[in-house]
Amino acid sequence: MLPALGVLFDGAAYGMLLFLMSVGLSVTLGMMNFVNLAHCSFAMLGGYVTVTLMNAAGWPFLVTLPAAFVAGAVASIVLERIFFRRFYNSSELNQCLLTIGIVFVSIATAAYIYGTDQQPMQLPSYLQGSYHVAGVDLAVYRLFLIVVAALITALLMVTLESTRFGAQVRASVNNQRMARGLGIDVDRLFAFTFALGGGLAGLGGGLALPMLGLDPSFALTYLIYVLIVVAVGGLGSIAGSLAAAVLLGVADMAGKYYVPALGSVLIYLVMLAMIMWRPSGLFGRR
Amino acid sequence: MTSETLAAAVPAAPAGPHEFLYAQARWRWSEIAFWFATLLPFVLAPDYLVLASQVAITGLFALSLDLILGFSGIVSLGHAAYFGVGAYTAGLISVWGWGEPLTGLAAAGVAAGIVGYVTSFVIARFRHLALIMITLGFCLLLQEAANDANWLTGGFNGLQGVHTWRLLGIFDFDLYGYTAYAYALAGLFVIFLVARRIIHSPFGLALRGIRENSARMPAIGAPILSHIRTIYTIAAIIAGIAGAMLTQTTETVSLEALGFQRSADVLVMLIVGGTGRLYGGLIGAAVYMVARDQFSGLNPQYWYFWIGLLLIAIVMFLPNGILGGLELLARRLKVIS
Repeated sequence: MLPALGVLFDGAAYGMLLFLMSVGLSVTLGMMNFVNLAHCSFAMLGGYVTVTLMNAAGWPFLVTLPAAFVAGAVASIVLERIFFRRFYNSSELNQCLLTIGIVFVSIATAAYIYGTDQQPMQLPSYLQGSYHVAGVDLAVYRLFLIVVAALITALLMVTLESTRFGAQVRASVNNQRMARGLGIDVDRLFAFTFALGGGLAGLGGGLALPMLGLDPSFALTYLIYVLIVVAVGGLGSIAGSLAAAVLLGVADMAGKYYVPALGSVLIYLVMLAMIMWRPSGLFGRR
Repeated sequence: MTSETLAAAVPAAPAGPHEFLYAQARWRWSEIAFWFATLLPFVLAPDYLVLASQVAITGLFALSLDLILGFSGIVSLGHAAYFGVGAYTAGLISVWGWGEPLTGLAAAGVAAGIVGYVTSFVIARFRHLALIMITLGFCLLLQEAANDANWLTGGFNGLQGVHTWRLLGIFDFDLYGYTAYAYALAGLFVIFLVARRIIHSPFGLALRGIRENSARMPAIGAPILSHIRTIYTIAAIIAGIAGAMLTQTTETVSLEALGFQRSADVLVMLIVGGTGRLYGGLIGAAVYMVARDQFSGLNPQYWYFWIGLLLIAIVMFLPNGILGGLELLARRLKVIS
């Protein structure tokens, strides 16, 4: 019974990370149908920004996180303006190829600058250790992750549900042509959304450091998980992404804990089954 | 991949469908020259025959991807799954004591074909993102399964103890790759003829119809689901045979035979060469493998930097690959003269 709670807790923390890294992709995919396989490269960038600022410039961990957000946002908006916008009406094969190309370049660049080793990082002391509650060890950092992600989710939900910007985003996800017809500047809106998504990915990458580590293959390794979250959660659905991410996190942790022999096979099986059962995702509309 | 490319392949519009297909199926001088050129490595570069055999095998793999991606419009990010099934089948048969190459190929083709046929029922029902995810997921699933099944596949260390007997009982697989290249080239040529025949048949035309407009094809009575299942199975068989050839000529199988990296590599080759052209995969494989061999001093991480740039450049400036670019050039020259 007790290990089950621990697995649930760790899985939830892991899922929250996945959610942060994937929610931007989910919204941009839903809005423009743009398959951005380079999304995890923004997360990787955020991670490297955090590591560099901490180790080379001596910034405190919590201050580097906004910097990771900004880095992800700036990088995504630059790429969007230069490359992605030309491919909105292109086939998804071309979009895949373009963004895989960007992933390759980003991995090689990271390897060139930082080498292929795992990046060392030291958490501040107030985020280390763990609480012992009712027989379960709750690591402070994972608790911190869950709280941060919950705050961001709440913020996103409020923004999307009850602001003018959110209403415009929802309108564009639902029916882009109609939204344009109503005078919504979808291009500008999309650039904003893209920046927001890239920023969240960057933040996720920074937060992921103590838990998942960071090396140049990050952009490819976690891309798979992010794609699973998006595909299972449904395009453009925040609640769906959250549910899918937590489900995936818990399933992955449980799989590794209870049936280590199956390893990651379980996660891919769950994903294939989910996609075949509901191709448009748990909460998908299309 | 537009109707323009279809029209470009046929100089004059023939009268009926049969004339259309016959006109396309005619052998051109450039094709004959191409196949003669594949014999040149025996004479000009005998030191590079091992590389040449790998180019031929990879070209065969790219050809199988072209059948589904280029001609039928089925995007797959996990085609290495079938390559890997073939590679492991041939390897396991050899480890279990039967190293005869041709029957090994047949067994690998059958195994990959069965896996391909079973998965094709799922593949045929999905498109777009779901399809990309399913192919990718299936490939990763197989790789993880092969990694976990240590007792069968050797897991991370690869399959040990593969030994290939003499080809036809006469030709030993030598260190210099004479037999390997002849074997791979002959296999490539035979399968290429089959693929060419398929593409220039009414069935092949229906596949291109599915690629261009899958909503309209059922309206003229084409059973698109069964067409997709058929071509997907055929592509899986060819990929399996290519995998088996790699196993037999290198006498090892490693996990990367069915990884995402190989799926991505073959996609890159096909895109570089040009999709939907039969020769695109072969040209792309040759360019890619030779370039990688020349830059083998580079750290593989940096190699992917240039591959990434190349992909971006091709998608932005040369959407139909090298062959598409050449066709465009030839057409422009014709207009000027």
